[in-house]
Amino acid sequence: MSVITIERKVLEKNDELARQNRSLLDRHGIFAINVVSSPGAGKTSLLERTLEHLAGRLAVAVIEGDVQTDFDAQRIAKYNVPAVQIVTAGGCHLEANLVHDALGNFDLSKIRLLIIENVGNLVCPSNYDLGEAMKVVVASTTEGDDKPLKYPAMFRNSSVLIINKIDLLPYVNCSIETLRANALRINPSLIVYETSCTTGAGIPAWCDWLVERTTAGKT
Amino acid sequence: MHELSIAQSIVDIVLQHLPKEEGVTVRSVRLRLGAMAGVVPDSLEFCFGAITEGTPLEGALLEIEHVPLRAHCNDCGRDTDIEPTLFVCSACGGTSLTVLSGREMQVRDIEVEENEGVR
Repeated sequence: MSVITIERKVLEKNDELARQNRSLLDRHGIFAINVVSSPGAGKTSLLERTLEHLAGRLAVAVIEGDVQTDFDAQRIAKYNVPAVQIVTAGGCHLEANLVHDALGNFDLSKIRLLIIENVGNLVCPSNYDLGEAMKVVVASTTEGDDKPLKYPAMFRNSSVLIINKIDLLPYVNCSIETLRANALRINPSLIVYETSCTTGAGIPAWCDWLVERTTAGKT
Repeated sequence: MHELSIAQSIVDIVLQHLPKEEGVTVRSVRLRLGAMAGVVPDSLEFCFGAITEGTPLEGALLEIEHVPLRAHCNDCGRDTDIEPTLFVCSACGGTSLTVLSGREMQVRDIEVEENEGVR
């Protein structure tokens, strides 16, 4: 019996591909966000409102991750932005190699902002770097205010928190102050936006931030 | 269920480190796993058992070395192990924390045995 020392990170292959994606995106001056949430928090609705609001302001492309079906990609198709659907066929998260392949479908020279909509899941996607500049986590008021404490890794690894479905606050057992405080406890540097994709509340502020962040440092 | 994909990554890494000659059996794989790595150990062990069938890792024990979530408190200055679902300093309850460890997911080493009749 002998011992072989290995000392290697389990996800090093994914991390290496993510680094390649990041350097490819950087080279083209593309700001990429990885949007994560539990299923049904409103990622696709947020994406739709965002695309509506950014039309004519910013060249956006979308990568849609779904376990099954291309329903979300169909919803995005009407906004006339370059979009690639990744169906993970049961896989609970996107991995860097899938994004790497998807990037091959775009004319990167024509894109400023890339929005990657991950599979709805607050656990698995937190482990997989895709090469994005930052993760944006969406938490909806209907999920209650304790999600950040139940899924700390995801809130810790994200840079922006979008509290969605604020129009439903009168009807649900969720305190937006508690949700915000719980999230900031896990990650004090989170930037927080409150939105409703139904009324459109908060969408302009979120989009202004996206435009500012995308064009930062570029003329 | 990303545990399956993680188990596959572990197997891939181990196979790269096995001696080239035939007839080697992996007895155990030691993994460092942080409390905030987002992995369910039971599920990982189950997936590991399932995907190692028919490989040199078949029957190998996945030994998980748990790494607690440890943080430095910027309020009281102490380093403590913290509860991921509370995320406050265990000494003073402070909430301004710098995470020191707890996200590890690393293959440390393996124990291998040369099969009888070989060499």
